[in-house]
Amino acid sequence: MNEILLDVESVSKNYSNHRALDNVSLKIPKGSIFGLLGPNGAGKTTLIRIITQIIQSDSGTIKISGETLNPSHIRAIGYLPEERGLYKKMKVGEQLLYLAQLKGMPKSEAMERIKVWFKKLEISSWWNKKVEDLSKGMGQKIQFVATVLHDPKLIILDEPFSGFDPVNANIIKDEILELREKGSTIIFSTHRMESVEELCDEIALINNSKVILNGKKTDIKNSFRTGTFFVNYAGDLINQEVDFKILNTSSLDSGLSRSTVQVKNDTNPNDLLKSLINQVEVHHFEEKIPSMNDIFINMVNRKDNE
Amino acid sequence: MSKIGLIIQREYVTRVRKKSFLILTIVTPLALIGLMFGIFYFALNDVDEKVIEVVDESGYFENKFEDSESIKFSYEKLSLEESKQRLVEESHFGTLYIPEIDIDSPDGIIFLSSSNPSPTLMRRLDGVLNDEIENIKLERSGISQSKLDSLRSDISIKTLSVTEEGEEKESSAAASFGIGYVSSFLIYMFIFLYGAQVMRGVIEEKTNKVVEVIVSSVKPFDLMMGKIIGVSLVGLTQFIIWIVLIFVAGSAVMGTLGLEEAGQMAEASSTVQAQGGAESPKAVEVLNQITSLNMVKIVSLFLFYYLGGYLMYGALFAAVGAAADSDTDTQQFMFPISMPLIIGIIALGFVLQEPNGNMAFWLSVIPFTSPIVMMARIPFEVVGTGELILSMVMLVGGFFLTTWIAGRIYRIGILMHGAKVNYKTLAKWFTMKT
Repeated sequence: MNEILLDVESVSKNYSNHRALDNVSLKIPKGSIFGLLGPNGAGKTTLIRIITQIIQSDSGTIKISGETLNPSHIRAIGYLPEERGLYKKMKVGEQLLYLAQLKGMPKSEAMERIKVWFKKLEISSWWNKKVEDLSKGMGQKIQFVATVLHDPKLIILDEPFSGFDPVNANIIKDEILELREKGSTIIFSTHRMESVEELCDEIALINNSKVILNGKKTDIKNSFRTGTFFVNYAGDLINQEVDFKILNTSSLDSGLSRSTVQVKNDTNPNDLLKSLINQVEVHHFEEKIPSMNDIFINMVNRKDNE
Repeated sequence: MSKIGLIIQREYVTRVRKKSFLILTIVTPLALIGLMFGIFYFALNDVDEKVIEVVDESGYFENKFEDSESIKFSYEKLSLEESKQRLVEESHFGTLYIPEIDIDSPDGIIFLSSSNPSPTLMRRLDGVLNDEIENIKLERSGISQSKLDSLRSDISIKTLSVTEEGEEKESSAAASFGIGYVSSFLIYMFIFLYGAQVMRGVIEEKTNKVVEVIVSSVKPFDLMMGKIIGVSLVGLTQFIIWIVLIFVAGSAVMGTLGLEEAGQMAEASSTVQAQGGAESPKAVEVLNQITSLNMVKIVSLFLFYYLGGYLMYGALFAAVGAAADSDTDTQQFMFPISMPLIIGIIALGFVLQEPNGNMAFWLSVIPFTSPIVMMARIPFEVVGTGELILSMVMLVGGFFLTTWIAGRIYRIGILMHGAKVNYKTLAKWFTMKT
């Protein structure tokens, strides 16, 4: 996991009246699912367009497997943009063949790969269908196939689940995980924090053109821990300022009480549990780990207030 | 295959396979040929026979009017009143009433008819009357018929153009006019027709949102050029099919109809030729002159100016498409593109009258009008080699210029959605870095 596939170093991009990226640096490990997060207009799409060579950065360097980004890398990248679509009048099979050939794949090889994917997603009968006759979800599936068909090392997915029903979203999620297993690196740009929780190994949060948070998801979550625990119990819990403080308490349907308690930073959870056991009958004990959603909102608001 | 090759192929194949292409390509010329055939047929077999009664009180014109396919003359001895009465009661077309006339001032000749006579018919009647009166006058002054015939001459001026090498070549203003007009108009039509296709193709890719996927694989410039070239090949295919169809169907029509009917027509019209009604011999003459024109040169220059003009404008159409989110957004930018083309087509009338004039020269050198105007001049053989080369070089230069400008607008425009675009925006895109 330590080999770096994509190395973004001090990349900046200015448009005539605003700075879209400000000295952005990221290292994306090979074989990881990397969450690129940020509010609308933060600069994610600009960064993706620079990586996919649709536009060029004003300064900074980008390396793929140590090589400076160049046109030969087009074949190594699969890109599913947020604003996506297909040629409506073209047949599904021809369209995929065309897109794969544009990526530089020989026709015969592309044919083989399309067949494999069609079989895998059980859509073999769609070859001769025109795209305009497909439902939105079906179109999305085709688009996903088009993105990964040429076996790219780096797959960039911008909001890949939008437009999918839960069943198809799950199929695509499994495919993403499988692609990672096979060694692909995936950049995953989304607003849906639950999919970030579920899929991402590492994340970067971009706000106002700058990277404001970057690292392993677990590390980031740990760094945002506040020593807060949930306890479900029977009996009366008295606030003991020395060991912990009770932030709030509510009654559960089962007749038990539930409190959120916070300890001082250096307090061991076992010590907290010991002092709780002395007072009440503990039924459930769990640390409150901050969700990515909390971290996202927290960080974006904090920066905006600065 | 190279990426641009793939794009050209896709643009070409998807268009050529469309039903609308087949209809436009196959049905249009067939319909045109059918129409021509129909007009030809009806003109020749105008079986609506008209009878004209000639009431000649002067006695000079007995049996002087010759019958034709569509008009029969009958000679009646009636009074004016009686002939009017007959015209009301019977179904013949009209009555030519010639009273007793003084040959020196022949007044009072009347044509009575149930409906308005055609100018051709009136010219014909007029011609016979005039000729006859002239003959009588000549005879009176002692000139015999044989003398008279020998005095009459039939002149037709043969026009020769002298080539730069000093050779004389037979030329015909009529044939040159026709060829010049048709080829200019075709180029005008093709530029608009296929330019609009490029523009719509770009808008389609933008609104379909497929464009971002494509430009992550190919350069925007390649995508634009691939589209423009692909569509130009569609136009070329259409043109070649039309030419082949017109030749095949045209010669088939000539073969079945021409031999038999053209003879009849020539026969019928030879009698009225002197009265200005002749058509067939002239048509045959023009056909001969067309074949005498340097068709190889005309066709190759047509292809050059079609391609050059189309490529130059095609790039501009692509830029307009890139700046728009829908067809309706294109209006404001279409005006400056259409303007020079329209100027070219308006100037065509003057250029064909004066193919060697100043206006003709300038408009055929400026690349924005040269594809239309130069093609009008070429058949007249008035364009010198130096001038032609200048015009061609300018056109190629114009193509590079518009493509460069359009490419810079295109690469930004295709990624912009929902933005309000005006000329200032276009200028900004043009100067922007990618």
